[in-house]
Amino acid sequence: MSDGPIKKISLVCSKGSLDGIYPSLIMANGARMEGIEVSIFFTFFGMDAITKKKMNKIKIATVGNPGMGMPTWLGSIPGMSAMATSMMMKTMDKLDIPPISEFIEMIHDAGGKLYACKATVDMFGLSIDDFCPQVEKVLTVGEFYELSAGAEIIFT
Amino acid sequence: MAEKEIAGKIVQVNDEGYMTDSSEWNKEIAAVIAVEEGIGELAEGHWKVIEFLQKDFADKGTMPSLRRMTKAGGVPTKELYALFPGGPLKKSSKIAGLKKPASCV
Repeated sequence: MSDGPIKKISLVCSKGSLDGIYPSLIMANGARMEGIEVSIFFTFFGMDAITKKKMNKIKIATVGNPGMGMPTWLGSIPGMSAMATSMMMKTMDKLDIPPISEFIEMIHDAGGKLYACKATVDMFGLSIDDFCPQVEKVLTVGEFYELSAGAEIIFT
Repeated sequence: MAEKEIAGKIVQVNDEGYMTDSSEWNKEIAAVIAVEEGIGELAEGHWKVIEFLQKDFADKGTMPSLRRMTKAGGVPTKELYALFPGGPLKKSSKIAGLKKPASCV
């Protein structure tokens, strides 16, 4: 690897829950703040972050998430996931971490480029119109690698 | 900690060049740091950001996040990046004679 500061990164956002999406967004925004060129490639359920119908409804998983320290029977109570999400969003707002739709807009305005994965778009029967306007285009994996030339690729 | 001569004045700076005593700051110093940081000549838009940072830091005691600069400071994200390319929060803080911001957003 070459020395010197990182100039360009490509993030792959593949997971759909709140805790799956935020790391990509925080790292992307943080990179732009350091003057690093950024692309995010949303794939599989990570695509929820840019899908108009879903981006404002993303929740934290309270079941099957050992990090939460919550027993499955408790996490599966209706409303538990919504409650945990709402508590977490309040804390994040205090730390100035915006809701997903605002964060996407912020990264876009900062010059970050957002892309959707073609394989997933085909699999879920979606089109570019299902995505928020900040999304540049739908890319094949090959095109993603092409535009990532010289970048560090980070999978989340 | 080190001393550095900026615009004919000796000021205290840390090893990254951020001023450690904001009372030593003045507009001439800001203009010199801006050139060093590749921002060039400071215009009205830059001064608006610098003044907001200084006021907010004086009020809160902490450096604002980039989001706070847009929400409370009233400067849109796009404009912040256009004014301070390559690091809107870091560079504006340095020019404002304040410490390096420690927030992730």
